[in-house]
Amino acid sequence: MKALIDKKKCTVCGVCSDACPAGAIELSEDHVEISDDCTLCGICVDTCEFGALSLPKAGTGPADDLESYRGIWVYAEWREGEVHRVSHELLSAGRKLADKRGVELCAVLLGSGLQASMSQELISYGADTVFVVDRPELAHFSDEIYSKIVVELIRRKKPEILLAGATSTGRSFIPRVAASLKTGLTADCTELDMSDEGLLLQTRPAFGGNIMATIVCPNRRPQMATVRPKVMKPVKRDGRQGRIESVSLPEECFAGRIEVLEVIPEKDQTARLTEADVIVSGGRGLRKGENFSLIEELAGLVNGAVGASRGAVEEGWIPPSHQVGQTGRTVAPTLYMAVGIAGAIQHLVGMQGSQVIVAVNKDPHAPIFDVATYGVVADLFDFVPAFVKRIRRERGEGA
Amino acid sequence: MHIVVCIKQVPDTKNVRIDPDTHTLVRQGVESIINPFDLFAVEAALQIKDSMGARVTTITMGPPQATEALRDTLALGVDDAVLLCDRAFAGADTWATSTTVSAAIRKMGDVDIVLCGKQAVDGDTAQVGPEVATLLDIPYATFVKKIEMLDGSHLKAVRQTDDGVEVWKLPMPSLLTVIKEIGEPRVPSLRNKMRAKKAEIPNWGAADLGLDPDSVGLRGSFTQVVRVFSPPRRSNRIQIEGSVEEQAEQLFQYLKNCRVPGL
Ligand SMILES: Cc1cc2nc3c(=O)[nH]c(=O)nc-3n(C[C@H](O)[C@H](O)[C@H](O)COP(=O)(O)OP(=O)(O)OC[C@H]3O[C@@H](n4cnc5c(N)ncnc54)[C@H](O)[C@@H]3O)c2cc1C
Ligand SMILES: Nc1ncnc2c1ncn2[C@@H]1O[C@H](COP(=O)(O)O)[C@@H](O)[C@H]1O
Repeated sequence: MKALIDKKKCTVCGVCSDACPAGAIELSEDHVEISDDCTLCGICVDTCEFGALSLPKAGTGPADDLESYRGIWVYAEWREGEVHRVSHELLSAGRKLADKRGVELCAVLLGSGLQASMSQELISYGADTVFVVDRPELAHFSDEIYSKIVVELIRRKKPEILLAGATSTGRSFIPRVAASLKTGLTADCTELDMSDEGLLLQTRPAFGGNIMATIVCPNRRPQMATVRPKVMKPVKRDGRQGRIESVSLPEECFAGRIEVLEVIPEKDQTARLTEADVIVSGGRGLRKGENFSLIEELAGLVNGAVGASRGAVEEGWIPPSHQVGQTGRTVAPTLYMAVGIAGAIQHLVGMQGSQVIVAVNKDPHAPIFDVATYGVVADLFDFVPAFVKRIRRERGEGA
Repeated sequence: MHIVVCIKQVPDTKNVRIDPDTHTLVRQGVESIINPFDLFAVEAALQIKDSMGARVTTITMGPPQATEALRDTLALGVDDAVLLCDRAFAGADTWATSTTVSAAIRKMGDVDIVLCGKQAVDGDTAQVGPEVATLLDIPYATFVKKIEMLDGSHLKAVRQTDDGVEVWKLPMPSLLTVIKEIGEPRVPSLRNKMRAKKAEIPNWGAADLGLDPDSVGLRGSFTQVVRVFSPPRRSNRIQIEGSVEEQAEQLFQYLKNCRVPGL
């Protein structure tokens, strides 16, 4: 199977041929030919101004009995007894979808020794019902047990949609839930909407954020997505009423093959990149490991985490857990400051989803400036101290 | 000990640039590389092979030219490689990919460890590893940065999570998805390069795997792409000029206006 071309609309302009990552579109004198190398990625469809390209339809298999599934669920995450912010965000987004569809919004809360206040909190962010499973076996996360429980709950109650945070937890165990239920799953969505027919329109970046794709799951239920943290806006309404239902499940749900030997929380708060609102990152422009103290000082002032380019990590100036980019972490904070970082594509793909990007580089042609909101062409050794001083002055602290 | 490593060929991002005006992908030439995370997975397998002896097989589901990616892994010291190639496999989502890949692993029969990269850098889903494990009904651990063999039947995996590090004990067979900290991929040796050049790489299609063509590829996929578009353009960059003090002042005011937390 390959992309379909409407020869009547095609002007043989060649734009699609240049855009095809598989090199599968061949241009001849008077027509365009798509070869068997086509991977059906869909990039050409977007580039064609004339609407001549399209993809064949997926999932022609028999439709599940779709009508019996109803309601929207959010998997509620917590850390150290606190509801994770992504769950607030998902409930707020889920609330809108549930209202549009006229169905209930439910939260699923799994753990050990859970406080009633946590369920209440989930209700205040939009849940109508909270399903709680509280067992000692759930003290530490493990993919197997957590997914078995969610699968069992879904089989019993049949929600039409399940949303979870695209955190290290969600991205780990939700694929097991989806595969066990034989349904589709869309990773790391940044936008959700509901079609009139009740299809969840799941939009996500691909190819390192250079392309956006909207994905649906027409024939299976539940429709499942993990959603990138910090994209949806949390909305709290105090005084909301809801129902808390404690669910008991058969013993076999709590048995797993994995043993959690140790959990070591990251002590270095500055390495908590995925949660941070602000990240200040340093690159090879810092010249020496000691100079990372400049980055740390600035990050400390704005309560931010410390990131790094692979260049800086390879120099041994900072541990790999700080690396941002293709082989490091993908981050999307409110503010990302890149200091002495050239902006290689492998770095850009890990941070270009940030809301505000500041680039500090002495080379005006550094590619980091292509994605920057604010570009500062300066020597970092002059600029960073001046900027730190400016912030301190605002707070009435002397330099 | 038999270790299977799942690899994927992806477009080489080195040749990809972002058009500063349109923020879309600009590509010159069409080169493919092995997904960088999968090279870490190959390295992890070879480390186990070095320390205790193991047979390492790489597999990939992809077009005929993906054979080259497999050949590159043979040059690194991998023992065998299998290509999963069939027109019916095209257009697969993660479910359909996992159906195919897991069928191939099941066909091999004697697998102790399956290794995957954390994610493929083209689709960025990180779903294929966990879904393959689920279909094989074996336990798995994601984001693994260190592997230690415990005894003949268990292994220890150190995971990097958003919040720290976790140490898990898993029985074999199990599947692990690995990250960069596993260790830098080695360079190919001359001897292995020679061997790789001559190696026969078998191809298994849907029929060889006993798979119904309707259960794989686009037809077997549950998810469907309905629209592909360029991300909305960022507002144009503001260039901040002047002496460093003036630059610091301007940036400070801009960030205050954006209501950046912490400022
Ligand atoms: C498979 C693969 C995966 C990769 N994954 C990643 C990844 O995940 N993350 C990542 O970051 N990279 C990754 N890379 C590496 C990437 O290609 C670059 O090599 C790397 O990001 C460069 O780091 P850098 O910008 O710090 O260093 P450089 O390229 O050396 O740039 C340093 C910059 O600092 C500026 N500078 C120097 N002195 C000063 C000064 N005094 N004041 C201000 N500016 C100054 C220079 O103008 C220059 O722009 C990957 C590469 C490959 C092949
Ligand atoms: N077509 C494929 N063939 C073999 N392995 C794959 C394929 N696609 C993905 N994988 C494996 O699954 C991992 C995660 O891929 P993804 O879910 O696409 O991000 C990759 O790092 C590979 O190890």
